Amino acid sequence: MNKKIFTIVLILAIIVPFALFVGCGQEAKSSLIKVGIVNLPPEESGYRQANVEAMNTVFSKDNGYDAKQTNTGDNSEQIAAAKGYIRDGVDYLLISAANASGWDDTLKSAKTAGVKVILFDRTIETDPSNYQAALVSDMAYEGKMATDWVLNSVSQPIKLVLIRGQLGSAAEIGRSAAVLDAQKAGKLEIVADGTGGDSWSLEEARKVVEAAIAAGKDFNVIYAQNDGMAQGAVQALEAAGISHGKDGKVKIIGFDFNRFALRNVQAGYWDADMQCNPRQAAEISKWIKSGKLPSGIQYQTELLLTTDTITDELIDQWGINADPGKGVITR
Amino acid sequence: MRALKLQISHLFLPISVMVLLIIINLIKGADYFNITLVNGALYGNIPNILFGASELVILTIGMTLVTSASQGQDISIGVSATITSAIFVLFVLNAGQVTIFTILAGFLISCIAGLVIGAFNGILVSVFKVQPMIATLILLTGGRSIAFMIDGKLSPILANDISNQIGTVIPGLPLQTPIILTALFIVIVAVVLKTTNLRLYAESVGINPSAARLNGIDPKKIIFLTFLIMGVCSAVAGFIAVNKAGRHDSVNLLKFIMMDAILAVAIGGNSLIGGKFSITGSIIGAYTIEMLNRTLLRLEVETEAIKAFKAVFIIILMVVASPVVRVFAKKALDQIRSSLAGIAVKLTGAPKDTAVSGTDASGKKEN
Repeated sequence: MNKKIFTIVLILAIIVPFALFVGCGQEAKSSLIKVGIVNLPPEESGYRQANVEAMNTVFSKDNGYDAKQTNTGDNSEQIAAAKGYIRDGVDYLLISAANASGWDDTLKSAKTAGVKVILFDRTIETDPSNYQAALVSDMAYEGKMATDWVLNSVSQPIKLVLIRGQLGSAAEIGRSAAVLDAQKAGKLEIVADGTGGDSWSLEEARKVVEAAIAAGKDFNVIYAQNDGMAQGAVQALEAAGISHGKDGKVKIIGFDFNRFALRNVQAGYWDADMQCNPRQAAEISKWIKSGKLPSGIQYQTELLLTTDTITDELIDQWGINADPGKGVITR
Repeated sequence: MRALKLQISHLFLPISVMVLLIIINLIKGADYFNITLVNGALYGNIPNILFGASELVILTIGMTLVTSASQGQDISIGVSATITSAIFVLFVLNAGQVTIFTILAGFLISCIAGLVIGAFNGILVSVFKVQPMIATLILLTGGRSIAFMIDGKLSPILANDISNQIGTVIPGLPLQTPIILTALFIVIVAVVLKTTNLRLYAESVGINPSAARLNGIDPKKIIFLTFLIMGVCSAVAGFIAVNKAGRHDSVNLLKFIMMDAILAVAIGGNSLIGGKFSITGSIIGAYTIEMLNRTLLRLEVETEAIKAFKAVFIIILMVVASPVVRVFAKKALDQIRSSLAGIAVKLTGAPKDTAVSGTDASGKKEN
């Protein structure tokens, strides 16, 4: 008898916390602009967190929107959600697809239903006539900006350590391209080329730089394709007693505009950071409100900040993730 | 003497793999073992390996115990460590002034969180008889979201001197702190295994749960206990990892580390379906994997091909490690030894103490 009760209690102990997670739906009806947003989950990255947050604040009732949102990393769930929104008769459908393919039917049915589709952050492999517009970051542009900075501000001869993110991802390909081109053109030398493999991990970046140091390689700039990897690379330099940053031997550039990275740049601990802007919502809202929707792929303008150009306002406005505070270095 | 011999044969595999890697590294450059002093701490390839493998070693110890008793693996370890370290960071950041005591208190709280996670997994496996891999799949799937929520949907920063020293070097000590913490942890585990019956109980449950129960050992309790220990291991590993990183990144922290931990257990010469285990083997296995990762970088394997190379290496290692090859190697080794002993007998005329067993063996074969 006791045992039975014990078992029941155990079952409850396991089930109850999950039940708490089940949220409740919302209902709203009015003359608001109806928008369906299909996005990836915020826990995917700091980038996505800022992205989802911007969607929530911009497409709010106060701004005249009736927005419904689905955040999932599963492509088939995304497609199901998109179809649901089309059935609900939304005016605009905003999509950041988990997978670039498999969307043709959904986009066509949106077109026949008169729903305007706007892609953000990620494009979809389909005929351009299947969607109205796409607002994305141009990774190749980011790579070019960063490489130009390397070519202009690192002393010759440039010996670069390239730390790539997840191989084959759009960000990795785009951000690597300009550096590899510059090497082919003989403008710089890549002395070590490493990757996080399947991830963007700090540990892997650290190992790449440690291996380069152990092999006795001489280098004067580290080009890390996200902020976490730049952080790992700098940790390796610190442990080896190699100077870096504003007055140091090795220049450091990261990507993504995490606030901790921008504070490091501000303090001269790193040298530069390249933006990858997750806040497409404001721009898209501007398009919708003005009634003038562009067509085709639109690229966002993005910033590159250095120790000289960075300000508190810019960090506050464009940074993502937690801010460690002015003057605090994240080692 | 006999026990020692048994252990050495058990460790033959992990050690031989490690020696092989060392040889490859030495061929690449004779400076492999060079050690210098940087900022008062030892620096070089070997300290780097010890530093980089610290979390893996700690998680591998827990994984070995879980594997032994539950006959399966815990694949949620990296995620558990992410959750416990999120709780650690949450506590430290809300404690106001960061002192050694807040860090310690945060660490203890994260250990309690580790116990809770271990209990959750342990109950599923021991009471509800869910396969370990399935039971821990739940946390693997949802755990990073939980850590993300604890983080307040951001990556909080741990920018204080004490955390930095735990992640790098404490002034005055010649070794990086994670290396020292790992060594301490290994010592504690060794003492626990020496002074308690944990090893005997875990092994007997892993070999045959029914037989263990008939002998008065409750398999449920033992399996539950190993998951609790795993939870603590996760908490310690998470503590080290987050202090190393100086920032809690719930997305990337210790990602995919369960793969390496399971592999370390296997390279350590342990069966993945439970039973007898060797923690020493697992620890050597963990360091070997770290060494392998760095060897590939040292050999400058092309960036795109590095994972494929690792896979090929591991396949070779596992084939070499397989019982089939091991039995074959043992036979071949015995044959060589006995024939050598035979020659020795002929040469010296009178058998020495050491050669006696050899002559016995060759005598038996003639029968």
